[in-house]
Amino acid sequence: MKQAATNSAALQGAGHDKSGSLSANIAKFRELGLLLFIVILSVGVQLRNPSFLTWENISDIATNTAILSILAVGMMLVIITRGIDLSIGATLALSGMVSALTVSQYPDLHPLLAVGVGVGVGLVCGVVIGFLVSWINILPIIATLGMMNVFRGLTFETSGGKWVSAHQMPESFKAIATGSVFGINNLILIAIAIYIVAYYFVSHTRTGRRVYAIGSNPESAEISGIRTGRILWLVYSIMGGLSGLAGVLWVSKFASAQGDTASGYELSVIAACVLGGVSIAGGVGKLSGVILGAVLLGILNNALPMINVSPFWQNFIQGSIILIAVLVNALVKRGIDRNNLMRRKI
Amino acid sequence: MAEAEYVLELRGITKIFPGVKALDDVYFKLKPGEIHALMGENGAGKSTFIKVITGVHAPEEGDMFLNGQKVSFKHPTDAQKAGIAAIYQHVTNYPDLSVTENIFMGHEKIQKGTRRIRWKEMHEEAGRLLKELGAGFSPKTLMGALSVAEQQIVEIAKALSVNAKIIIMDEPTAALTKNESEELYRITERLRDNGASIIFISHRFEDMYRLASKVTVFRDSKYIGTWDVDEISNPDLIVAMVGREISQLFPKTEAKIGEELLRLEGLGKTGYFADVSFSLRRGEILGLTGLVGAGRTEVCETLFGVSKHDKGTIVFKGQELKVKSPKEAMKVGIGYLPEDRQKQGLVLQWGIGRNITLPALKRFSNKGMLNNRKELDLAKQLAEKVGVKAKSVFTLASALSGGNQQKVVFAKLLTGDLDVLILDEPTKGVDVGAKSAIYEMISDLANAGYGIIMVSSEMPEIIGMCDRVAVMREGRITAILDREGLTQEAILAASMDDSAPATDGKKGAGA
Repeated sequence: MKQAATNSAALQGAGHDKSGSLSANIAKFRELGLLLFIVILSVGVQLRNPSFLTWENISDIATNTAILSILAVGMMLVIITRGIDLSIGATLALSGMVSALTVSQYPDLHPLLAVGVGVGVGLVCGVVIGFLVSWINILPIIATLGMMNVFRGLTFETSGGKWVSAHQMPESFKAIATGSVFGINNLILIAIAIYIVAYYFVSHTRTGRRVYAIGSNPESAEISGIRTGRILWLVYSIMGGLSGLAGVLWVSKFASAQGDTASGYELSVIAACVLGGVSIAGGVGKLSGVILGAVLLGILNNALPMINVSPFWQNFIQGSIILIAVLVNALVKRGIDRNNLMRRKI
Repeated sequence: MAEAEYVLELRGITKIFPGVKALDDVYFKLKPGEIHALMGENGAGKSTFIKVITGVHAPEEGDMFLNGQKVSFKHPTDAQKAGIAAIYQHVTNYPDLSVTENIFMGHEKIQKGTRRIRWKEMHEEAGRLLKELGAGFSPKTLMGALSVAEQQIVEIAKALSVNAKIIIMDEPTAALTKNESEELYRITERLRDNGASIIFISHRFEDMYRLASKVTVFRDSKYIGTWDVDEISNPDLIVAMVGREISQLFPKTEAKIGEELLRLEGLGKTGYFADVSFSLRRGEILGLTGLVGAGRTEVCETLFGVSKHDKGTIVFKGQELKVKSPKEAMKVGIGYLPEDRQKQGLVLQWGIGRNITLPALKRFSNKGMLNNRKELDLAKQLAEKVGVKAKSVFTLASALSGGNQQKVVFAKLLTGDLDVLILDEPTKGVDVGAKSAIYEMISDLANAGYGIIMVSSEMPEIIGMCDRVAVMREGRITAILDREGLTQEAILAASMDDSAPATDGKKGAGA
């Protein structure tokens, strides 16, 4: 996921003046820092438990991180526009439930169609939220908080409060998440495919760049004639579609669809974005950062139990790391702002 | 070319915002290859006028002609397509995106068919434009990392990239140094020589004389006139810009001026203001004026402990003052009436009484419990004193008119034991009747021995109310005027003109 080569974020400075390249270096340092942290963490864990850096375990981490990282792509887009989506856990559960119910009714259904059903449900959810945010002008946090409960309620309603468990699902459905191509798990492949598409969208299409523009300066976007509403709508729809996809993958992976599936998962997704340097203030966020953020969370989830850290401390450690990341971010930003002020001569 | 055709002509443009006429029957004519200055005070309607031309606002009345043909823009893209580009003062860039993207936002180069952005081509084109403009930075630089002058150049490159025939520059030199301005003049002239017509909005006379051949003046949303630049003298122009009568009543009474309360010595804050010195005495009303963005509010916020200064000292009642928070400032005796009463001055969802007593709750509380009766008494007493018109002290602040809201904020100040009151635009958005009530109150306060700093952009009230006036320009005090030398012309000259010497004789009365 190298993004640096192409666009904006790169900032080669090219011997431009000093303070400019200094802030550039700090911004770059952020991602390298994250990578470095991941490496150090991995080496540390490896010393304590040699079975950490085995092919099997790495593949395991990747598989477990896949769904999180898929959702993080959508969340990154939403946050870049200065929004947030709290409903994705519920959207995920609803679309997972609907597709699981569908395959339990029609076991001969082609798995791709089951995926289609899930993505479709998620997309509808996203379109509704996008409508609320972009047309009715409800604050994203409120709109998605409300819809989160609506979707969660619908999930229980459609399932009648019951679970759809492994024996009700055909093998072909479960194989979506457990199967592999050339020894690589499907989930990983799907996540990679999504990152490639997202990368193209974000840095090579006009619409993709405008997502950044409206987050960076909405007023200005309006003046430049960008149709802000449409882009917001699109962004929430993409988020919904990805949640739908994630729902099918989740249910297929765990071979169980429940009313409270992925409850609270949206917070992990937001955390991955924030760790990856996506700015809640909008306009800033890179796929490379987001994937590092997701991987770091995945590694923490996997590694801490391996070195016998108690589950209670795991939450504590994860939270602290997120806070530290945000703190570093804020300090860097303050430094940059100060630099810019110093350049104003009075 | 006498009266040839105009590239742009606007006739009888009127734009109404809820409750305000932002433009009232305004005319404007722009010849091809001309640099036309547009001048006027803050709030004269210049910015709204630009937004009408660029299709951001649709006017209620009036016609617009482009090369003699009638046009009406429904959307900013319509204006863009017609070859109109605006360089706004500060709002339009995307700090988080690259220079290239800032230049091409809205008209990116797209591969036919795949609709892929052609980055390489865009970077090259951007690089070419920047080179043409003499800029030394790479097009891949982040916009936010550039200086204001450099950002200005990017905005100009943006106008060039759409092949704009009409370029509007809204105070492009406001934040530039002399050398940077000179660079901008050169670029602007080159644009003109290449056939573009330019509308140049500025507060600096220097800009106008250096560049423009025509000047149009707006005042109070109205069209005043258009002149050849070499046809109108500087004083005449100032009269055109400020020439309204001072019709309001100012109940300024001569208060007894007492001992010195506050003295600023070379106060500075990086990036906001520098070398600010003035003094304030008991019973005195000191005006602090200048154009928006001159640093007035920042100075006041520093005095009130909202932000910190990094140079100079504040002396309060003979002792050096170091306040770290508004709370401390209130404790020593400095009160602040914020500019935006709705956001900073009031809790709109609360009643009048609770708003008034908010800063003084400590006085009514015993071990954290509030004594409601005492609180209510004081609220009633103060509300009466400032003359709030409302049914009771329980009426919600949001239900009051602007003038009455402002009175409530004044009452808040009176709860404390204060010596210095800083009033930031005390009559902003208040109707005329309430204004004179507020003036009366300010006068009374001065008589009661408060030292008052009144920040205002409205010249009539500055002249009508103040004993002395400090004028700021671009973060520095350019003149301190005594009551005798206090004219609109003198203030305007000090707040706009580069050549106004800061060490004018009038300054003597200052520190």
